[in-house]
Amino acid sequence: MTALATEGLSRDFGGFRAVAGIDLVLAQGARHAVIGPNGAGKTTLVNLLTGALRPTAGRVRLGGEDVTALSQHARVKRGLARTFQINQLFPEFTPVQAVTLALLEREGLTARWWRPVSAHGAVVAEARALLDSLRFAPAEMRAATRSLPYGRQRLLEIALALALRPRVLLLDEPAAGVPPGESRAVLDAVAALPRDVTVLLIEHDMDLVFRFAERITVLAQGAVLVEGPPAEVARDPRVREVYLGEPAHG
Amino acid sequence: MRLALEAAFWLLALASHWLLPEQLPLLGQVWIVALFVLSLDLLVGFAGVLTLGHAAFFGLGAYAAGILAQQGWGEPLSGLLLAALLAALLGLVTAPLVLHGGDLPALMVTLGLSLMLAEAANKLPGITGGADGLLGVEMWPVLGLFRFDLFGRTAFFYALAVLFLLFLLARLITASPFGLALRGIRGNARRMPALGTPVRARLVAVYALSAAYAGVAGALLAQTTQFVSLDALSFQRSAEGLLMLVLGGLGALYGALLGAVAFTLAHHILSEMSPLFWQFWIGVALVGLALAGRGGLLGLGALLLRRGRA
Amino acid sequence: MLTVLVDGIASGMLLFVLAVGLSVTLGLMNFVNLAHGAFGMAGGYVCVVLLNRHGVPFVVCLLAAALFAALLGLLLERVLYRRLYGRDHLDQVLFSIGLVFIAGAVVDWFLGARQQLITLPAWLSGRIELGFVGIGVYRLFLIGLCGAIVLALHLGLVRTRFGSRLRAAVDDAVVARGLGIPVERLFAVTFALGSGLAGLGGALGVEVLGLDPTFPLKYMVYFLIVVAVGGANTVLGPFVAALLLGVVDVAGKYYVPQLGAFAIYTAMVVLLILRPQGLLAKAAAR
Repeated sequence: MTALATEGLSRDFGGFRAVAGIDLVLAQGARHAVIGPNGAGKTTLVNLLTGALRPTAGRVRLGGEDVTALSQHARVKRGLARTFQINQLFPEFTPVQAVTLALLEREGLTARWWRPVSAHGAVVAEARALLDSLRFAPAEMRAATRSLPYGRQRLLEIALALALRPRVLLLDEPAAGVPPGESRAVLDAVAALPRDVTVLLIEHDMDLVFRFAERITVLAQGAVLVEGPPAEVARDPRVREVYLGEPAHG
Repeated sequence: MRLALEAAFWLLALASHWLLPEQLPLLGQVWIVALFVLSLDLLVGFAGVLTLGHAAFFGLGAYAAGILAQQGWGEPLSGLLLAALLAALLGLVTAPLVLHGGDLPALMVTLGLSLMLAEAANKLPGITGGADGLLGVEMWPVLGLFRFDLFGRTAFFYALAVLFLLFLLARLITASPFGLALRGIRGNARRMPALGTPVRARLVAVYALSAAYAGVAGALLAQTTQFVSLDALSFQRSAEGLLMLVLGGLGALYGALLGAVAFTLAHHILSEMSPLFWQFWIGVALVGLALAGRGGLLGLGALLLRRGRA
Repeated sequence: MLTVLVDGIASGMLLFVLAVGLSVTLGLMNFVNLAHGAFGMAGGYVCVVLLNRHGVPFVVCLLAAALFAALLGLLLERVLYRRLYGRDHLDQVLFSIGLVFIAGAVVDWFLGARQQLITLPAWLSGRIELGFVGIGVYRLFLIGLCGAIVLALHLGLVRTRFGSRLRAAVDDAVVARGLGIPVERLFAVTFALGSGLAGLGGALGVEVLGLDPTFPLKYMVYFLIVVAVGGANTVLGPFVAALLLGVVDVAGKYYVPQLGAFAIYTAMVVLLILRPQGLLAKAAAR
């Protein structure tokens, strides 16, 4: 069954075509990576998939449903979660508060104003359990997010998406900027994602891509250059050209 | 500890009736101003929406309650209700315009809307009394029992009771999932849609709520002074509200109250010396607060408390 | 009819000179400076005091007003404004409202709250008869002078190295910094220039817009409209916006006085909602 698909997805900025007719199909449970050099259109693609941007042409389908016209939050409600390339966290909140907020939102409770958060005990307990499974120490759970080390913040970024219990998860360079000493926890979290979750990984880091992805799409200048299993993509001369600047027959 | 401090605050507020018996009218004003600042806190402090025109709702509430009484229905509580409903309605109608995009448009649209309303009130003396103010506001006793007296005793208890009840409601709301979502929007408005939150809907709701609070504050002023002037809609009121909020501590309910109390008392003392003196020092306070950063009185108190314990 | 149009154009041009500095503050530093009008007021009072108390020639008064406001701008920028770049808009709003209050109190304290009047020199007073209508000489002077300023600014922005650096910095300050453009210094100079122009506008405007300690608040909305509608990266945008505003304002007060300032506020809100990023900004930027 198809979990996420695009058909002829395109986006222009003025006269510039950032994304040009991309077709993607992700089966349920897929481990799919999108790679490409800077300016290949990765960020625009993410924004089109999540609904932050509207496409100039083409459609986005989520589990068979056409979501092209839906807002970001409506797509999230249909099972599409994401992480951000640059942390989008709540600096003043503790991790427990932030994850609790995500869980309350998943349960559709954030319009409720007549009971305090503390009365939703099960939700708060679930937040703690989730953070615990990502090996947050109790003291870290209670500290303000901005005081946490960068690697922990990166992990919280993933935790917020996981809390939504997504069917499709979009990971935008999850390990970007994490110092080597702290990256282990992030990579473990990615590796431990439940098998039934469909994962689309947008990455720069080839190690992570080749370790994790079962299928790879290479973007160049807004269009799909190559798509296939990792071994095939690695051998493809066009990919080498785009990445290394080597001539295709050199 | 926290609860004890809270109880102490409200007991002291109540006790001020006997501690400062000469100043009852002033204290009544303090509670009204505190309610107005509380309304700003819900919007600016919790949800992070900027406004330069909150006086629009205060003024609308004041004129609504004033005109209702002037036309012969002097029952106070229904006046408050009418003011709250009308202000909330104006909030609902204008929220989409204000939340159209970013801080700057919000600041300017709120400013523009409040100036429009002020100018309309100025140009419609048949309804509002124009520059002379709305006269002939006659109030019936509160709950049919307590007459508004010359000493401001009824006004004091009436305003304090309304403030207390609406404060409790605000306390409940800000601690709820809805309140947490508002703080999330203020903390990171880009993340919220990615959690599935309909940000616009939440902000419209808090905008209308905040407007209703401001409307009730305005209505209290109209009822307790039995007069409404164009002042109720002035830019000065919007700006001073922000000042009090930042002075007391943004995003903390007691910050709003403390800011209002400190500001109104300082105003009373300093402007007796000279109104110019007051305007000058308020300016200096604003510049200083902006340069020093947030936290306000409440932040200062918490800091001292922590130092004291350490 | 023609008289109203000329008056409108003249006051629009004045508004432009007063407000153009703000478009840089807002566009380059993303700073909400509600105190911009205070520099105009400073210039106005310098002019009034020199002219009325010391009998200094009008033209010299204008130059002194511009110079004083520019120096004041430079000083405040270096000492205070600088500290608030990149801070919350709320902090900037509070800060600049504070400055407005201080400025109003200081002026009121030393010079009183009444409207200030000046007597224009003979060569600027009177009217020229053009067929059926008479047009004030001072209005024509304003249009000529402000027109020259607009042209100079436009050429300066388009032709000079300073101008191209400024445009680059407004477009994207981060990239500009990366290219080695001294954004901070550029801004200090531009802030002083903008303040100086505001001072000149305030001095020129005593006769047209009036002058009292509430000047900065009274015209704050007008300046904001000019900038919000006109956009930041061009001279033309704010200029067109200021002209429109001037004509609409004067015509409104002339033909439908019962509306008062209501029309202007309504126009502001409507324009902001229709074009939050500025009327011509997009066309000019790309």
